[in-house]
Amino acid sequence: MPAPFETSFADALLDANRPIPCGITAHNATVPARRFAVYRNNVAVGLVKALRSRFPAVEKIVGEEFFAAMARVFVTERPPRSPLLANYGDDFPAFCAAFEPARELPYLADVARLEAARTRAYHAADASPVGAERFATLDSHAIGDIRVIMHPSTGIVRSPYPIVTIWAMNSGEQKLAHVENWRGEDALVSRPYLEVEVRALPPAGAAFLLALTAGWPLGKAAEAALADDPNFDLTGNLAGLIGSGLVRDIVHPEPKKYWQS
Amino acid sequence: MSIVSKLPARAGIGFKPAHFRDILAAPQPLGFFEVHAENYMGAGGPPHAQLGALRERYALSVHGVGLSIGSMEPLDRDHLMRLKMLCERYAPASFSEHLAWSSHNDVYLNDLLPLPYTQLTLARVAEHIDEVQTALGRQMLLENPSTYIRFSESTMAEVDFLTELSKRTGCGLLLDINNVFVSAKNHGTQPLTYLQSFHFDQVKEIHLGGHDEEVDDVGAPLLIDTHGSPIADAVWTLYSHVVARAGARPTLIEWDNDVPDWPTLLAEAATAQDILSDASRASAA
Repeated sequence: MPAPFETSFADALLDANRPIPCGITAHNATVPARRFAVYRNNVAVGLVKALRSRFPAVEKIVGEEFFAAMARVFVTERPPRSPLLANYGDDFPAFCAAFEPARELPYLADVARLEAARTRAYHAADASPVGAERFATLDSHAIGDIRVIMHPSTGIVRSPYPIVTIWAMNSGEQKLAHVENWRGEDALVSRPYLEVEVRALPPAGAAFLLALTAGWPLGKAAEAALADDPNFDLTGNLAGLIGSGLVRDIVHPEPKKYWQS
Repeated sequence: MSIVSKLPARAGIGFKPAHFRDILAAPQPLGFFEVHAENYMGAGGPPHAQLGALRERYALSVHGVGLSIGSMEPLDRDHLMRLKMLCERYAPASFSEHLAWSSHNDVYLNDLLPLPYTQLTLARVAEHIDEVQTALGRQMLLENPSTYIRFSESTMAEVDFLTELSKRTGCGLLLDINNVFVSAKNHGTQPLTYLQSFHFDQVKEIHLGGHDEEVDDVGAPLLIDTHGSPIADAVWTLYSHVVARAGARPTLIEWDNDVPDWPTLLAEAATAQDILSDASRASAA
């Protein structure tokens, strides 16, 4: 069915340089530009607001005015494709990385990735984590073959910049100060219960968790982590994994049949 | 269409997570809570934990803002299925949406946009309402919009358009009295004239909210439906008029921007409840 009023209306909403569509009128004006501007403003302001609420640390870092201008470009170039605005801006980090005026802040995109992971964790499916006792009862010979099913809220963001520290300082978690130890940080984002948690992973922790997430058995995941960084501490990482409530389930390998040995 | 929309004829408040603790701390003198459907379409987390706790204690109204019923394009089937899942999970007393469109060519415009009122658009919107009511297995309520412009191609009055939709589809109507006031002022008409021709027997819910005032192209006042301030005195007067004529109806206080503290919202709800209680006493006498 043709919808001329919608097409011309929508085109003019997203492009402020277009004239207001034909056939739009008011009781006291034949070309009610200021009235039409209310709709234009609602669309732009509403979508910028959605990005502000998803990326508050990015806004804090660049300032309100800069963020509003940057977000407005994003909104115009990549308007949402779904009414679920909680997911809007999944590609905002990539946009930040390519946004020329923000080039002096090379860590900005990774902080945005961390914040995007936080909303994903917030809305992720609920699941009860397994307790430490499940690990205590494991057969030590078979432990290398188990597979760890990660909690659905788990998100990992690797960065060559101290993004966890920068995020914490710009979200009120930590006092704003000079970053003494400027080095890469890998962020672990999760929501085992109702609170979203963000922490910096130990050396090779990200490689270990990514291998587990990909379905690798524990032994192979530990090998991958050691290859990533020889300082990888399996016991410490496992304790962290369980203590953070990141393990949703443990899957034992099928017992080997006699003809397979 | 098996489930008929049925909220208690008392005052209710639009739920905001910031008020969750205050709400659960004590029983609230409210008939129901209303939520925006799209805020509860994630898989899990705090939104569902809070909505589950509310639903255990109060009647619930699910109010959609993203279905784009007023569009001439086909409805978004995925979104309709998400609404169905939400309604099945929480079994709300009512589901409502807007006479407006918000998506076009796969772009979600995040605003409730106006449509011309013609026989063509009437038929199309009626089809959409049928589709929604069939998919959800329940009656839906359709809300009158606040508008800032008109279409020269319109051939029907908004009230007649809504009445005809209700007749054709069996949907109920959600009468937003602030929207009536805002639109009437913006189009140089009288809100009372609009209300006099409104079919109150189909009204299953009333919305009350605040608006802002700006100026239009010729410097005349232009009212903006912002839901960010107290309900205007003129809107309270119209509300009293409607309740006196139509009797007590479920009435929602909507405050979506610059959300105030819980006692401020409760005071607005108490004002509405007083007007509802007066009407109930008058009809009993």
